[in-house]
Amino acid sequence: MALLEIRNLHATVDGKQILNGLDLKIDTGEVHAIMGPNGSGKSTLSYVLTGRDGYELTDGDILFDGVSLLEMEPDERAREGVFLAFQYPVEIPGVTNMTFLRTAVNAVREHRGEMPFDPMDFVKYAREKATDLNVSDDMLRRPVNTGFSGGEKKRMEILQMAALEPRVAILDETDSGLDIDALKVVADGVNAMRSDERGMLVITHYQRLLDYIVPDHVHVLANGRIVKSGDKALALELEKKGYAEFLEQAA
Amino acid sequence: MAATTEAVDQVRSIGEQYKYGFVTDIDVDLAPKGLNEDIVRLISKKKEEPEWMLEWRLKAYRHWLTMEEPTWQKPQYPDIDYQDSYYYAAPTTTEKPKSLDEVDPKLLETYEKLGIPLREQEVLAGVEGAPAVAVDAVFDSVSVATTYKAKLEEQGIIFCSISEAVRDHPELVQKYLGSVVPYSDNFFATLNCAVFTDGSFVYIPKGVRCPMELSTYFRINAENTGQFERTLIIADEGSYVSYLEGCTAPQRDEHQLHAAVVELVALDDAEIKYSTVQNWYPGDEDGKGGIYNFVTKRAACRGHNSKVSWTQVETGSAITWKYPSCILQGDNSVGEFYSVAITNNAQLADTGTKMIHIGKNTRSRIISKGISAGKADQTYRGLVRVQRGAKGARNYTQCDSLLIGDKCGAHTIPYIESQNPSAQVEHEATTSRIGEDQLFYCRQRGMDEEEAVALIVNGFCKEVLQTLPMEFVVEAQKLLGISLEGSVG
Repeated sequence: MALLEIRNLHATVDGKQILNGLDLKIDTGEVHAIMGPNGSGKSTLSYVLTGRDGYELTDGDILFDGVSLLEMEPDERAREGVFLAFQYPVEIPGVTNMTFLRTAVNAVREHRGEMPFDPMDFVKYAREKATDLNVSDDMLRRPVNTGFSGGEKKRMEILQMAALEPRVAILDETDSGLDIDALKVVADGVNAMRSDERGMLVITHYQRLLDYIVPDHVHVLANGRIVKSGDKALALELEKKGYAEFLEQAA
Repeated sequence: MAATTEAVDQVRSIGEQYKYGFVTDIDVDLAPKGLNEDIVRLISKKKEEPEWMLEWRLKAYRHWLTMEEPTWQKPQYPDIDYQDSYYYAAPTTTEKPKSLDEVDPKLLETYEKLGIPLREQEVLAGVEGAPAVAVDAVFDSVSVATTYKAKLEEQGIIFCSISEAVRDHPELVQKYLGSVVPYSDNFFATLNCAVFTDGSFVYIPKGVRCPMELSTYFRINAENTGQFERTLIIADEGSYVSYLEGCTAPQRDEHQLHAAVVELVALDDAEIKYSTVQNWYPGDEDGKGGIYNFVTKRAACRGHNSKVSWTQVETGSAITWKYPSCILQGDNSVGEFYSVAITNNAQLADTGTKMIHIGKNTRSRIISKGISAGKADQTYRGLVRVQRGAKGARNYTQCDSLLIGDKCGAHTIPYIESQNPSAQVEHEATTSRIGEDQLFYCRQRGMDEEEAVALIVNGFCKEVLQTLPMEFVVEAQKLLGISLEGSVG
């Protein structure tokens, strides 16, 4: 059984059809990359998978460990182990990263039947995770994403992922807005999370990210469905040729 | 009218009993409904008050008769029949639950969430036979209260009920009672002067820094917060005190109208920090049966370099209508007002502050955070007045409103009057909505909707919450979450 199986996914946003029969299987230990031009449905896919309001599934199913996610609220999916690193992380003024992380981690731990961390123990846990990502104590004390640079925000997303230890991680254009140094830090963070227990879906516009996070499978998304799949060589081919050919195919 | 005659007779007969030994337990705690001079006399007598106190009450009562109830506030409410209320210890004996099993399970659920121990739950829920002293969530009550009292006495601090103070410290009470909120101040304050039955009295002697938070929790005889509470706090020269009123747990109460008066006096170099956590019953989803919280709170910064900080967390009551204020008389005196007001369902609030700058170089700071959800409506109303002599006065005001859902309202009405050209007055206001994107972000990290709202609201209120005494910050944070339950989705 696949870890995540997307079957014939059709979805609309504001009544507009965005996904048109998308199929994809991700097994544990695998990293899949989805590449596609603007408007191909990349972000819609990430929101449909995580259950955001306004993204309406009109046909198909999403199975996680063989169980459909469709009836689950966004927070239930998250507690089950579905994680989304946001393209545009949201600011929450007045709430420190430490508090935010602790609340999130404890919600997930309770769901798994584990003891929640007390604040002191959590500080230790968070610091351990933070060191690898070059996240300072000062950053942990600052409010969530408030006044953070693009690179800092993305590092915090990866820190959240590391702290929450999801079963499947979806990274939505994690490379956007990053300079090359920040990109390396983020990619190292993601690579450190690769494991036999976990699957990843890396959504990106550019090949560049895939030099650092090397995928097992690459898929081309166009007009709401996957039009070609291959290995990492496909990404390089795309880089050379562009998306035009695939758009014609899809149309 | 026969009813009135009967009432008067009843009052007289109770009055007569006192002559023969008021000291013994009075289980006849019933005075008839209605308000008249006899009732005022009865209250004064029950409290064993001296003549001057009674005269003051009567003066207030007579003045009250000439006053009209104000109507300028935004929250409107049905007419209150003042003759249909009890003014002395309503007969609640038949209403008391026998044990926690008889208490509304919803209330118990809330206690549970706040982590309140069983024994204290009984006190709060008004269970028959519960201990007369409110218990702090952590410590055992009686011993703590006694130890604290001894410790305070060592330093010459007076902390007792206002009734005790009237009897035992008449010189202080006569000097300061009504000196900040005069008996003729406003309709509800004047009513309070006539019929107040309990409240706290605090006196901090010169140069003494009160070694602990004073809280109604620890006040002996504090089992029932009265309908007409009266609190008077005096900080003598160079002294400091922090006082906490209220409780995060929702309290049951039979009275609908609460018209308390709080007077604070800070002399030279003295500082008073007054924190309120108000969580009276807000009524059902339509606001039916909730408390009207119409309170007059005022501080006089009488001395040079004196300072008063008001912090309030207002989450309860059907209607909250109050403006804790500072009269900045002393040169260089400082007034602060930090407020969080949450209105959910059908709750209404019209609250804010008044900062009256009289002395030179007086400073004031106002931070108000209003959160509205459901069909609730709230108004921030604040006055900053700089008088002619207040050279170099400065004020900074920040009012932020947060809306949850699309049926609630928030209004900001600042009044700014400056008569001194050297004064600096700043006012900033924002209104925002809890964003779908913020909620989704939190939920994607595993938090359920209520947890997410609580987290976002706590962040919004952080500036105010951190001015609360340490031990109440956590409780207050939980309370914000609980008050907003069911506000989303």
